[in-house]
Amino acid sequence: MAASATAIPPSTKSGRKGGTPTFGDVLRATLAKDLRLEWRSKEAINSMLFFALLVVVIFSFAFDLTAEESRRIAGGLMWVALLFAAVVALNQTWARELRNQALDAYRISPAPPEALFLAKTIGNFIFVILLEALMAPLFVIFYNLRSVGPPYQLALAFVLGTWALVSNGTFFAAMSIRTRSREVMLPLLLFPISIPALLAMVSATSTVLTGEGDAHLSLVFLAVYDVVFTIVGLFLFETVLHAE
Amino acid sequence: MSTDENSQPPSAPILVLQKVTKLFGRFAALRAVSAEFTPGRLYVVLGDNGAGKSTLLRAIAGLARPTRGDVQVLGSAKIHEVTARIGYMAHAPLLYDEMDAMENLRYAARLYGISDPARCEQVVRMVGLDPTLARRVGQYSQGMRQRLSLARAVLNDPELLLLDEPFSNVDIVSAREMVRLLGQMRDAGKTILVVTHQPILLEGVADESVVMSAGQIVARERGISSAYRHDAAEVR
Repeated sequence: MAASATAIPPSTKSGRKGGTPTFGDVLRATLAKDLRLEWRSKEAINSMLFFALLVVVIFSFAFDLTAEESRRIAGGLMWVALLFAAVVALNQTWARELRNQALDAYRISPAPPEALFLAKTIGNFIFVILLEALMAPLFVIFYNLRSVGPPYQLALAFVLGTWALVSNGTFFAAMSIRTRSREVMLPLLLFPISIPALLAMVSATSTVLTGEGDAHLSLVFLAVYDVVFTIVGLFLFETVLHAE
Repeated sequence: MSTDENSQPPSAPILVLQKVTKLFGRFAALRAVSAEFTPGRLYVVLGDNGAGKSTLLRAIAGLARPTRGDVQVLGSAKIHEVTARIGYMAHAPLLYDEMDAMENLRYAARLYGISDPARCEQVVRMVGLDPTLARRVGQYSQGMRQRLSLARAVLNDPELLLLDEPFSNVDIVSAREMVRLLGQMRDAGKTILVVTHQPILLEGVADESVVMSAGQIVARERGISSAYRHDAAEVR
């Protein structure tokens, strides 16, 4: 250190280097950081993929289903697999913040807590959507699926359903991260509150896959659920972040 | 508690603690701690393990909310309003292992709204690290992590700098260089609180020692506390 260290740059007594961090800038920086960390470690995506793959394969061998039966249960099966897989990822994205107490660096900074929540939610959304894109062909092959209803509704069901899972999941994972048994605590908190959204996701997906009924109502419900829980999460996250 | 009255310059305190108590369950880490710290001075916080030194720093940084009492930093009782003017270096480095030094600092800079791209490079050089080193922090030695952690803590050019064991795992030459930097910062008007078990390193730089025991401040002395200076001499 002695050889290469330079003198401290001159600064005045009150001459801070920083300005006020903007919400958008912190959001972008945190999201980019999370994507970079995941790209380098691949912890979340690998564990999610492995878990979801196991569920798909095990269920396809466990049941001897006709094409019609497959279409009826595929919606439920897909979302249950994604829900469990997402829990693994949600825990890991916060666990990474606890290593070296990196989260404390955020807590002592003037950065808005809501930006951290939204960045984590968007990051988790990207990871789960990526998982869905990778798993979709396998579901189609193993369960002999095709979209009978409008495909855009299926896409919408996945986008809205995934956001419902990750916005709640990110919030409750942050809440449970400092508890002693966080792996158990997250599902205990997340699953009961996700039941209404899960029912709407399964209903919308099954409706499109079987072509029976209209998925419109379920999709509207999911959209409202997403808006409400995202706003609640944004409002309450500061309390969760600074909880001891 | 002995206080050296002559060592207090006649300026408004930068940090005021009023009967600060911190309980963890039934254990009191801090017991009604009251103290004032004046700007532009380097304080060494001394005490045995479990004396409450790190908890005191965490309470000042806003990471541990006092169970009772008030902490007033830079004239504000709401620490979140002045966090941009505080620097904190913890036991843990508060860094991401998967990123290199500059990536870590650039991210920290964004959290403080620092737009000057040269600032990160400046502080990395200041602590004696190479900004072009592409090695990830997870592959750093403990000493390099400590130095990078110090760089992160001073990135926002804080008025109040809180350092928790900055010299642990750092070789003696690097530790002396860190002390020299801290002296420069103090001379530039910064207030610095250093928790350390190696107070002798700060001999000649420290303005005042704050000695803690069982969650209380039990003594304040000019320079390094005589008790700790003697301990260090015996060890040597």
